[in-house]
Amino acid sequence: MSTAPQWKNPVVRWVDERLPIFTYMDHEYNQFPMPRNLNYFWNFGALASIVLVVMIVTGIMLAMQYTPHVDHAFNSVERIMRDVNYGWLIRYIHMNGASMFFIVVFIHMFRGLYYGSYKAPRELLWMLGVVILLLMMATAFMGYVLPWGQMSYWGATVITNLFSAIPLVGEWIVTLLWGGFAVDNATLNRFFALHYLLPFVLVGVVGAHVVSLHITKSNNPDGIEMKGPQDSVPFHPYFTAKDSVGMGFFLIFFAFFVFFAPNYLGHPDNYIEANALVTPAHIVPEWYFLPFYAILRSITFDVLFIPAKLMGVILMFGSILILFILPWLDTARVRSAKYRPIYKYVFWVFLIDCIVLGWVGAQPAEGTALIIGQIGTFYYFIHFLVVMPVLGKIETPLPLPASIAEPVTGGGGGASAGAAAAKMEKS
Amino acid sequence: MADTATSPETGDEDAGRRDFLALAAGGMGVVGAASFAWPLIDSMNPSAEVLALSTVEVNIDPIAEGQSITIVWQGKPVFIRRRTADEVAAAKKGDGEDLRDPQKDGDRVQNDTWLVMIGLCTHLGCIPLGQKGTDPKGEFGGWFCPCHGSHYDTSGRIRKGPAPTNLPVPPYKFVDDKTILIG
Repeated sequence: MSTAPQWKNPVVRWVDERLPIFTYMDHEYNQFPMPRNLNYFWNFGALASIVLVVMIVTGIMLAMQYTPHVDHAFNSVERIMRDVNYGWLIRYIHMNGASMFFIVVFIHMFRGLYYGSYKAPRELLWMLGVVILLLMMATAFMGYVLPWGQMSYWGATVITNLFSAIPLVGEWIVTLLWGGFAVDNATLNRFFALHYLLPFVLVGVVGAHVVSLHITKSNNPDGIEMKGPQDSVPFHPYFTAKDSVGMGFFLIFFAFFVFFAPNYLGHPDNYIEANALVTPAHIVPEWYFLPFYAILRSITFDVLFIPAKLMGVILMFGSILILFILPWLDTARVRSAKYRPIYKYVFWVFLIDCIVLGWVGAQPAEGTALIIGQIGTFYYFIHFLVVMPVLGKIETPLPLPASIAEPVTGGGGGASAGAAAAKMEKS
Repeated sequence: MADTATSPETGDEDAGRRDFLALAAGGMGVVGAASFAWPLIDSMNPSAEVLALSTVEVNIDPIAEGQSITIVWQGKPVFIRRRTADEVAAAKKGDGEDLRDPQKDGDRVQNDTWLVMIGLCTHLGCIPLGQKGTDPKGEFGGWFCPCHGSHYDTSGRIRKGPAPTNLPVPPYKFVDDKTILIG
């Protein structure tokens, strides 16, 4: 199955002998062995790459119409909405595409958390994924500044001011980021330049992520390795088809927001032009930053010698950076939550904790919401630093199936859905 | 894919169905991609506020005989020249010459006195000289393009040099004796 194909077309053969793109594509996207038991949660990596392409394409078109200058930025966006042919469509795709990207990537990540996809030998694959998340966040943040509305301006002010919490050099760094003494034209210009640059860096890291994936191969709901051809099906047509089905549903979901609720995920305040003299009453980041924003705001007290402001910043960044060491914090040998009777519930508690933090992030930082945020932040870190290491030691996992094929075929080849697929492949 | 489609147990009928499915799915994919691509491409076309600038009204009253003005229409220079009797006569005389882009002077103007045309050389888009009294006007007394040496006569027709066609006449009309509307 994995033999090098013989290309019949002489032009294809000529190229392939000199630059084996056809052999590579055949090997990585045609014959490439995928675990036969993947469920629809394995669609989300492909969906994320589709969104990335959509964002880059629509973003390039928008950049052709946008003016990165404090006097013109807001109006140039309104011009895109009113005067540019299909400008409203392209901007709404790009705007909602950012949310879609995070929806897809968050599901992709929680998939990884549930099925233990971050564990050996996929640690680096997972870490590259965390780098992708950080790049996405930086790109999304800077993109949100470009329309130069009130939320753009004050979001940029608040987030760049995070760096002022760094002892000694903080103020110097903030001035450097701004290119001035407040968020202003220089800031807008560099954010535009970086917002255009980072997606291409993202493409590079995604490339590394995919190469790494194709070395280790996909994890699967059972969390056990493929042991032979009976455990796998070729990427094409099985996963080209399955990914296409998922893509169809996803694009309907995406289109619903673009056409029927384009501003549902945004803030009305961002349709007011930036004003350096008036802060909106209630500053809220985009929804995908809310849990991290909640963590930032939950630290209202000094921790030993660390001031509250700095501790909030440390924990906010720490809440993402901790994912880098998750492969080593999780001591369980069994990957999939399917065979981990306690982790199965711990996972959901953690997911709910993240959702609660997201809710807290959208509330004013006071009263009950603040306390819930503090509890949620505490548990977030307890989950990684205490629960994951300890649980791996004390939990008794369920017996793993002997192979991926065994539970679906009943060991020999029963008449289950998976076996039907296997028959199709053979016949 | 090839190894599954050509195995002996597969009847021709199945292979045909599979081909049909592949073609139908591929066709839908192309339609989908094209309908996504079109708005992106169309966004590069002139936008509404650019199209809104498609007409310009010009007051021609102050232009003296033998004088030209250059105005901007759709981002392009438009030459408006109040021709002298000699220039009109030279233009009429040119009707009988061997022209690269044959056109009667009468077909290029609405009023013999007023010559209105887009002031971009039809070779590669430079602005020909000849609007000012001190400009070189070429061998035919009209306009001369300094970029690659095209000579235009007093009707703006190409007479010598690399340009393929006459200077184009934009759509325009006389609103009254003193005003023309270009576009």
